[in-house]
Amino acid sequence: MAQVEVTRHLKEYFPQLAATPLSLPAASVAELVQALEADAPGFAFYVCDELGRLRQHVNVFVDDEMIVDRQRLSDRLSTESRVFIAQALSGG
Amino acid sequence: MTKRILIGTRKGTFIVEKNGMWKPRLAGHAGVGVNFVAADPHSGTLWAALGHGHWGAKMSRSDDAGATWADAAQVKYPEGARYLSPPDPGEETVEGERHKLRPATLLKLWAIAFGGPGQVYVGTIPGGLFASQDNGESFELNRPLWNHDSRGGDLFETEGSGITHWFGTPASEGGEFAAGLHSIEVDPRDPLRILVAISSAGVLESSDGGQSWRSRNKGMTNDYLPNAEAEWGHDPHFIQMCRAEPDHVWQQNHCGVFYSSDGAASWKKVSHPDQGVHFGFPIAVDETNGRCAYVVPGVSDAKRMAIDGGLFVARTEDGGETWQQLRRGLPQEVAFDVIYRHALHISGDCLAFGSTTGNLYLSEDRGESWQTVTSTLPPIYSVRFG
Repeated sequence: MAQVEVTRHLKEYFPQLAATPLSLPAASVAELVQALEADAPGFAFYVCDELGRLRQHVNVFVDDEMIVDRQRLSDRLSTESRVFIAQALSGG
Repeated sequence: MTKRILIGTRKGTFIVEKNGMWKPRLAGHAGVGVNFVAADPHSGTLWAALGHGHWGAKMSRSDDAGATWADAAQVKYPEGARYLSPPDPGEETVEGERHKLRPATLLKLWAIAFGGPGQVYVGTIPGGLFASQDNGESFELNRPLWNHDSRGGDLFETEGSGITHWFGTPASEGGEFAAGLHSIEVDPRDPLRILVAISSAGVLESSDGGQSWRSRNKGMTNDYLPNAEAEWGHDPHFIQMCRAEPDHVWQQNHCGVFYSSDGAASWKKVSHPDQGVHFGFPIAVDETNGRCAYVVPGVSDAKRMAIDGGLFVARTEDGGETWQQLRRGLPQEVAFDVIYRHALHISGDCLAFGSTTGNLYLSEDRGESWQTVTSTLPPIYSVRFG
């Protein structure tokens, strides 16, 4: 079960996620986003576009490191992984 | 009936109502960019087109007059939707490749319109028209327009012609460099007749509810292409039909003001630069008199600002033969208000417009005199009575 925390900004739109960190079964970041979508319908389109790519101004960190695959979110997760989803720093 | 004005701004949705005085209040989406807000005249539902900085474009709706809002069914390009656009600087091309074929993802929700009961239309960047036939429970891309020959043909099923005549649109407020659909006019007599306008493409008409589309750019001229009368590549900033006389259609274009008295079959340039009427973004047409229209001019495309620091609305009542400058109550010194394409609207004798400097101006006497309702709003993107 990966542990996921999302930015407070997203919790405003998805109060279902207020109690994060959540433990979710996911072997990849893509699976994690789908698991979050199941809990909070609409979530996936906030962090990804229609093609499933991470939006330009969104970051996902796995154990404090930015994910590598922003196109397909194929970065693997272990049961010990800690994931953080947040807006990218932009605008100064 | 009490009038209500819906305001979309860079920092949220505002509602302005008259209770003795006209007064604005924040009505939702605090901190979020709101490109367009409008009320469905059939259902009363309020619709907002949001542009979250980080989280993308989202449709929002309120079924309780703006007391609460919720994300609606979302506008998404279907799998396989592709479009052609010029290569970016430094982008690799193969020999003979004039345009790049790109998968479509939603860059911007730009305009909302309503047809018959249950019909909601949304205009997007890159140039899409999305339609709902079920009160906004779902939206579907209009494929005949998406697949139009003028933009390269059916790119879902084929590689198309490889050439698009729809350009980018650097004038979009957010700087999205793809063709943008910003005007959707449904004929009040017949909801199957629809006009749309696309920045840097032109005007198209459907008379069968969107099953087929044809160019409506005859008589249009431009000053930035080698062929000033090219069929495509025109840059309408906004078009509007007269509600009572829908064959009277007006267009504020990048290259002047144009008027059609035959339902957009042909256009006539009615700019009068000598009277300050040429460049601008919005246009409003009197609801009953198709020969009467209003614009808020700026200096030029190179100087998008009020002329000589004095703000005025220009009105014609004779199909653009002559224009009157209406200045009473509007700032006449050091005014740098720019009025975006959706930020001027008319309802009966009332007109309202909002500016990028957060000023909202209102007239209750057909523009003869104006009051400043507020000067402290965020940059204003849209103003709609409803």
